[in-house]
Amino acid sequence: MVKTDFTLRDVVFKNRVLVASGTFGYGDEVKDLVDVNRLGGIITKSLSWEPRDGNPPRRIAETASGMLNSIGLANIGVHKFINEKLPYLRELDTTIVVNIAASSIEEYCDVLAELDRHDGVDAFEINVSCPNVKEGGLSFGTDCAMTKEITSRLRPLTEKPLIVKLTPNVAHISEFAKVVEEAGADAVSVINTLVGMAVDVRTKKPKLSTVTGGLSGPAIKPIALAKVYEVAQAVDIPIFGIGGIASVEDAIEFLLVGATAVQVGTLNFVDPALSVKIADGLVKYAEANRLNDVGQLVGALEANVEFSVLQSWL
Amino acid sequence: MIVQHDAVVSVVDEIAEKIFLLRVRSPQLAESSAPGQFVNVRVGDGRNGPLLRRPFSVCRVDGDFIELLFNIVGEGTRRLASKRDGEMLDVLGPLGKPFGFHGDFDTAIIVAGGLGVAPFPFLTDSLQKEEKQIVTFLGARTRNQIVMMNLKSVKLATDDGSSGHHGTVVSLLEQYLATHSPQKPKIFGCGPTSMMKALAELSFRVGIECELSLEGDMGCGIGICQGCPVELVNGEKKYALVCTQGPTFLADQIILS
Repeated sequence: MVKTDFTLRDVVFKNRVLVASGTFGYGDEVKDLVDVNRLGGIITKSLSWEPRDGNPPRRIAETASGMLNSIGLANIGVHKFINEKLPYLRELDTTIVVNIAASSIEEYCDVLAELDRHDGVDAFEINVSCPNVKEGGLSFGTDCAMTKEITSRLRPLTEKPLIVKLTPNVAHISEFAKVVEEAGADAVSVINTLVGMAVDVRTKKPKLSTVTGGLSGPAIKPIALAKVYEVAQAVDIPIFGIGGIASVEDAIEFLLVGATAVQVGTLNFVDPALSVKIADGLVKYAEANRLNDVGQLVGALEANVEFSVLQSWL
Repeated sequence: MIVQHDAVVSVVDEIAEKIFLLRVRSPQLAESSAPGQFVNVRVGDGRNGPLLRRPFSVCRVDGDFIELLFNIVGEGTRRLASKRDGEMLDVLGPLGKPFGFHGDFDTAIIVAGGLGVAPFPFLTDSLQKEEKQIVTFLGARTRNQIVMMNLKSVKLATDDGSSGHHGTVVSLLEQYLATHSPQKPKIFGCGPTSMMKALAELSFRVGIECELSLEGDMGCGIGICQGCPVELVNGEKKYALVCTQGPTFLADQIILS
């Protein structure tokens, strides 16, 4: 038997393949199509204190090997989540990570504190790629001090694992990983979407109503791998690797460069059962390579160049 | 129940100029689909061909087969048109909310613009089983692009005047309603947004209930990507999702943009 699980604080994830926030709803929409109990975990759609309508259409545009989205954090709000979605999620035999998005530090704290009181929420993932309303709408996540501040303020509010999801839209993502590690985060998720844009040449208008949006899908996988690798050299806390994972080979690449686990995102839209297939594929790969723990792949990259040399290229 | 499986392509036919009918064997989908619902078809994997699935109305159900109608708009539909008999097609469905075809009406007024005809052969079959009267208004760019299939009592409009009424299908319906009073009518419409806007406005003026089938920018088709909002007139929420709360909506409940 190959060992597949890992733990964060005392929370057990049964395998190393989770579904990324915003790509699996609240888990109930896809129950006909995949046995969600076989997932390493479900990361919910971002929740804010109040419900959010989200952005006007168009919200998505397909691009080469990927897609742009500008959903605008549409969500049902924390109270409706607790009343309508959590009872279903609580009964599942998988780890439930609730993703939180907010427009002020106070809102992050309120949402986390409210959720922390309820059974069924196993861990938190913090989406810092949100506009900071008080600071004129600039993203919290591109401000290192602000990212640290959010983590420091949330840390004392919960004993549950606290994961911070980092944006790649910064010069050195490892600096952000270091400050959230210092502030007490248990793990980081790397990476959120990259800012991107597409234009309709017939109408000469942007394809998204918000002009720019977040690029995801296989197009970003090489970037994501490089960011995970960079972060893995900089911190000791576990990394959830995210970015265009479409196959078991993709997942293995992320583990090799230093991810403790992976999150499948955009590909859930195409094949909702993919994450479970990848989890099965990791076991087969481990067996074929005579490993007794999938975790032996984590950071097992055989790079013959010192990272400090590579850094000069970053 | 939604299923995802590999259906077997039976045939792809160009049934009108640049308009294709794809027939696939899928007993599960044939059994469980209702008119107005759609299926989401995988046409590539993001390296070869597009990443995201493409939604198609269930055009007609025939025994163990379902049929999908499409024209070539890009790489995805080009690939579909080149499918050969016996090839597999990854199909997810049935998805979305069906047309309200059981309701309290006697005459179905079907109004289709261009490829918007896609859901109506199936709807026509179901309406006939319900013993409803049917009159169909069919608009096409030109006579070579008219798709009749099993539609009933068809009145034609073409943009270029090559067949039937020279003008829009909505203007043809307006003329018709000026001289006819169908028994307890209900309009079912599908087509380009500009046509559906005009149809909705006409339905409000003449006071006939109108149900529209919308197209959205669907990333997933199953309500998880939130990519296909349509604005609601005055709901508890500002938007509904075309994929799960539609694609069929009553015209007076949505704002077409």
